[in-house]
Amino acid sequence: MEETGIGIWGVPLAIFAGAIRVSTPFIFVSLGETITERSGRINLGLEGTLVFGAMTAYAVAVMTGSPTLGVLAAMMAGAIFGVIHGWICKFPKVNDIAIGIAMMQFGLGMAFFLGKSFIQPVAPKLPSIALGGWSSMPQIQAALNINVLFFIGAALALFLFWAFKNTRIGLILRVVGDSTDAARAMGIDPDRIRLLATAAGGSLAAIGGAYLSLYYPGSWNEGISSGQGLMAVALVIFARWNPIGCFVAALLFGGAGALGPALQSVGVTQGYYLFYAAPYVLTLIILIATSSPTRSLAGAPGALSLTK
Amino acid sequence: MTIEANDPAISIAGKPASLRPILEWTARRAEPIVIGLAAILIGLALFSLFILAVGKSPATLFQLMYTGGFGSWFSVQNSLSRAAPLLLTALCVALPARLGLVIIGGEGAVVLGGVAAAAMALPLAGTVPAFLTLVLMAIAAMVVGGIWIGLAGFLRHYRGVNETISSLLLSYIAIALMNQFVEGLLRDPASLNKPSTRPLPAEYMLGNIPGMDVHWGLVIGILACIVSWIVIEATSYGFAARIAGGNVRAAQIQGLPVGKLIAGFTALAGSFAGLAGMIEVAAVQGSANASLAAGYGYTGILVAFLARHNPLAIIPVAILLGGIDASGGLIQRRMGLPDATVLVLQGTLFIVILFCETFYGRFKIFNPDLWKRSL
Repeated sequence: MEETGIGIWGVPLAIFAGAIRVSTPFIFVSLGETITERSGRINLGLEGTLVFGAMTAYAVAVMTGSPTLGVLAAMMAGAIFGVIHGWICKFPKVNDIAIGIAMMQFGLGMAFFLGKSFIQPVAPKLPSIALGGWSSMPQIQAALNINVLFFIGAALALFLFWAFKNTRIGLILRVVGDSTDAARAMGIDPDRIRLLATAAGGSLAAIGGAYLSLYYPGSWNEGISSGQGLMAVALVIFARWNPIGCFVAALLFGGAGALGPALQSVGVTQGYYLFYAAPYVLTLIILIATSSPTRSLAGAPGALSLTK
Repeated sequence: MTIEANDPAISIAGKPASLRPILEWTARRAEPIVIGLAAILIGLALFSLFILAVGKSPATLFQLMYTGGFGSWFSVQNSLSRAAPLLLTALCVALPARLGLVIIGGEGAVVLGGVAAAAMALPLAGTVPAFLTLVLMAIAAMVVGGIWIGLAGFLRHYRGVNETISSLLLSYIAIALMNQFVEGLLRDPASLNKPSTRPLPAEYMLGNIPGMDVHWGLVIGILACIVSWIVIEATSYGFAARIAGGNVRAAQIQGLPVGKLIAGFTALAGSFAGLAGMIEVAAVQGSANASLAAGYGYTGILVAFLARHNPLAIIPVAILLGGIDASGGLIQRRMGLPDATVLVLQGTLFIVILFCETFYGRFKIFNPDLWKRSL
């Protein structure tokens, strides 16, 4: 560390770089889940969608040589998963939380089954933008080598924040999410809106998966996601169903996740595995701090089964 | 009409009056069985389409599944061994479900239970009789597992934290804790590639049931199911839990201790999952290591939902899924299919069975109260 002249400053830099690198899947999955939950439905199956998206993107990128086609194929696959979830959940007496767990298992199973033959080949990576050209230090250059999907995610968060407030579609989504009856009274078919919202959520989650397999860590294997899809559900609650909140929370999660490796790089190895738990502990503490037994969560869609 | 329907002397739907109670009883009991079987058949049909689509024969696959799971005494014993932890992790989902809680973090209680059992046993081994050590291990595992899942229940009632999310977060935290213990404080320096705690001496292991190649975990699991069934069906706690699960406000107005019920049921549920971890350590692994996170907690969710959260129904379902699990290796070897085939089948079955919940109460034939209206 000393000879590069960056020393202990490597820790915040590594956390910053890690936050940007690790947060991108969280941004996409949580924005997708926000759209779904705003419509009054919860999709716990996004973990399966994410992993299936990662597998699809990797497989298509290997076969076609184009990572962009890989991302598009993952979006299609994610939308199909969303449609299945949305269609099943519209039936009476079907529990959307339980179906989510089932879809998660199904998605993981399908991804592992179909992805078995893609563990060896190497897919072309997604492009990244080097913002660190001004610095002569390789660490800073590496830290500022940021993938395009991160910027797309940030732009998407701003766009969704605006769209929820200012567009007709955003209004319809919020009405459906707050009251099924009110939506029906307005002549809106809540099932159809929820189906579309779940499909959109699934396709965004799959982009998060594509980022994992095509950029960081950048290969396909069965342990590619350690619960990012599920964490996103907690992250959405933390972000109070606000897209910009999702973006900030994803960065925070990414930073917490990068804490362990960053400290290890400067020689702090005590409690290394405990740092892995940091994002989960952080989420739990925030959930405990912000929840209340007597009133529903501020900003929560009224029809959401999670908050009832 | 109303007089007719209430008069037992009048025959219903052309059947003699004396048969009516029997028919009613059968109809009510038949609904979950018929719908459940239909769901399994639909699930198997969909899975067959998938297998056909990847160019393999579903008939061969199902035959191998039967051979690998239940085709010989050896495979039956293998299935039963695999069912043992599933019985306990399924209870971890089924008991809180009485109160309307969806707990999905059983895996965390399993791994911490396993670590607690190993941490309890290793200092005692050699000084304390084997049986007493095993009892202490079980107690340690149950206490730790109970605290872990009970925490999710406690947070739900007293802080309004969604139990599905919190139990899941706790489960990831538990796995990190296990890695920390196994890599650090409790690590056996002799375990190089696969960090583990020091192995339990052979005489401190939970042995096999006499005459079978199945460890005592199966008996413990079945006993736990029976005890849970009695608690739910035959005690006032189980009855109160059902009321609280139906309507929390109504239960509170009745003066039921909803908070204590939730904390108690989730803690009991977690202690069963912790016990599953202890059995994994004391009967299978011989030490605590990363193999504890083998997914029993997640398969247990499936078992509990398949059994519609009925502890007695968990017994056959867990054995069935244990059999499917056990046949995975055979399918992999004989048909060249990936080991994830079993996971696809489980996912498909799970989705279809949950989907078929929508058919409950839709068919008049299962609802004796509606029979008279068809007259």
